[in-house]
Amino acid sequence: MSEIWVVIEQRDGRIARISLEAVAAAQGLLKKVAPTLKSVAKTVNAIVIGAPAGPMGGELGNLGLEKIVSIEHPLLAQYTADGYTLALEQFFAQVQPEFVVFPHTYQVRDYAPALAARLGQVLISDVIDISDGPVFTRQLMQGRLNGAYKHTGTGPCLVSVQAGAFRAEVLQTAASGTVGQGFSPDKEPPETGRALAPEARSSGAVSVFTPTIEPAQIRTKPGQPFRGSAQTVDLGSAQLIVSVGRGIKEAENIPLVQALATALGAELAASRPICDAGWLPMERQVGSSGQTVAPKLYLAVGISGAIQHLVGMKAAQCIVAINKDPDAPIFEVADYGIVGDLFEVVPALTEAIKAAKQ
Amino acid sequence: MMASVSMNGSIFIMKIIVAIKQVPERDAQVRIDSSAKWIDESDLQFALNESDAYALEEALQLKEKHGGEVIVLSAGPERIGQTIREALAKGADRAINIACDDLATRDALSVARLLAAASKEESPDLVLTGLQSEDLGLGQTGVILAELLGLPHATLILHVEKTDTGLNVKRELEEGWFQQIEMPLPAVLTIQSGGNKLRYATLMGIKKAKTKEVRQLGAAGLAPDAAPVVALDQVTLPHKQKSTQILPGSPKEAAAALVEKLKFEVRVL
Repeated sequence: MSEIWVVIEQRDGRIARISLEAVAAAQGLLKKVAPTLKSVAKTVNAIVIGAPAGPMGGELGNLGLEKIVSIEHPLLAQYTADGYTLALEQFFAQVQPEFVVFPHTYQVRDYAPALAARLGQVLISDVIDISDGPVFTRQLMQGRLNGAYKHTGTGPCLVSVQAGAFRAEVLQTAASGTVGQGFSPDKEPPETGRALAPEARSSGAVSVFTPTIEPAQIRTKPGQPFRGSAQTVDLGSAQLIVSVGRGIKEAENIPLVQALATALGAELAASRPICDAGWLPMERQVGSSGQTVAPKLYLAVGISGAIQHLVGMKAAQCIVAINKDPDAPIFEVADYGIVGDLFEVVPALTEAIKAAKQ
Repeated sequence: MMASVSMNGSIFIMKIIVAIKQVPERDAQVRIDSSAKWIDESDLQFALNESDAYALEEALQLKEKHGGEVIVLSAGPERIGQTIREALAKGADRAINIACDDLATRDALSVARLLAAASKEESPDLVLTGLQSEDLGLGQTGVILAELLGLPHATLILHVEKTDTGLNVKRELEEGWFQQIEMPLPAVLTIQSGGNKLRYATLMGIKKAKTKEVRQLGAAGLAPDAAPVVALDQVTLPHKQKSTQILPGSPKEAAAALVEKLKFEVRVL
């Protein structure tokens, strides 16, 4: 068999949005590679791991998927890299996938590179675009450049897709059947595989795969997730945010941006390095490891715009960037930009805002 | 040096390898080279990858608490010598470098194979590395290294504590969540930045570093050359996602122009 499989990640029994985006990316990939695929797959397949798929089966049923497989084992109830790697290794040995698409989450980053190595492969991680070839684009140099990657080996090609890079909305269209994009869940392709239970072949039905895992093979013992600190600042609901990055240089300079935030009536936020250094509390961090925000205005001061930060704020309605480097990646997402020394621009802006408000 | 555990766990000589990478300096102006397959390195300044600096710091703190040895392991061209000296000046005991001029064309598995082969010879108790490099940003080397060494691993680690049975580590999850993980030794950890405060090299440290051992290994002797399974085919400039309107003029003029936009276009003033 040679097919495309998507690994779906569940959080609290629900499919996280990034996993839907991974399905969308896989559907897009299928269109690019369909002529070269050995099978005649009309759509892609999905895997869920761990707890019984139960209520998620319904959610998955609407996505125009061919097969849905739930990989279940008591030792997979809680995520471990060892458990997931073993389970997927065994499953892939059976289905021999051509492509596997993962959401680029912290969990995938924890096990997928090991899984790929075990298969003699390298995960093409954090992909933002898939074009003919297929060519997988990912960012280099903290987002300053793009790199076009190709799978040159034999065997399965594993890719993970960046949050927000592929549009999950297209799935609804595909599933509702209003667009004839080659998705026809009602038409069964000639099935050549023997590995899966017959019910797995009907669209939307969930079949179970049970891997062989011994307790001793799980070498780490994870604890329950906990919150780092009391979240007294809800940046997620803030309408106006002034955010500060490395460009501020020293803790002593933070009041400069605080004054701007106060003049504007905005919440003060920061990129990771500022919170790492202890210049502002962790709860004010925006980005993949901090809060995700979607304000009316996001004013980024001295923030270069590494992807870890951009994923947390690119949904803002208006992004303004003040940065001395005209090539900083933040200008790729900004609506308005001021290229200049923040130590001159920020005080001038604070005064201008105060004057405008009078 | 052999690792040993006393019955009460109080004496433990830990042999720690820290895998580090030299990357272009954060604010460096990177340009695509004439082959369009990599960046032009001719005028670039290089520095220690940031999360690797945190991995080194964690290793040095573990050594200070439990005793042991910190070995810096790297792969790269000649210029990496400077970064290795800086790590030694901060307190690493010795270094191993795999001379390698073709890092940019090797895939992550190939680089990890080199690091794994060099690590194996040392039989470390713990291997630390940064969670990802600032140039390629693959975030995979540590995890692949663990797989190749047959060791358990944990990623995005902010804090490491030695226990009687192994380690208790604090792992960062998404959106402000964390998790403790217990694991045996030997193990591989990828370190997230921000868990510790980075130290500076002292004058004494810089002086001492000059006499510390840097062992040079050849790549060819460590792992057989295998064809890459993934190739970086072309480096391009990113497409702009939005058309940014740059507000020109002096700081005062630009500020005034922005206030106009905030008032009449964005309507937040």
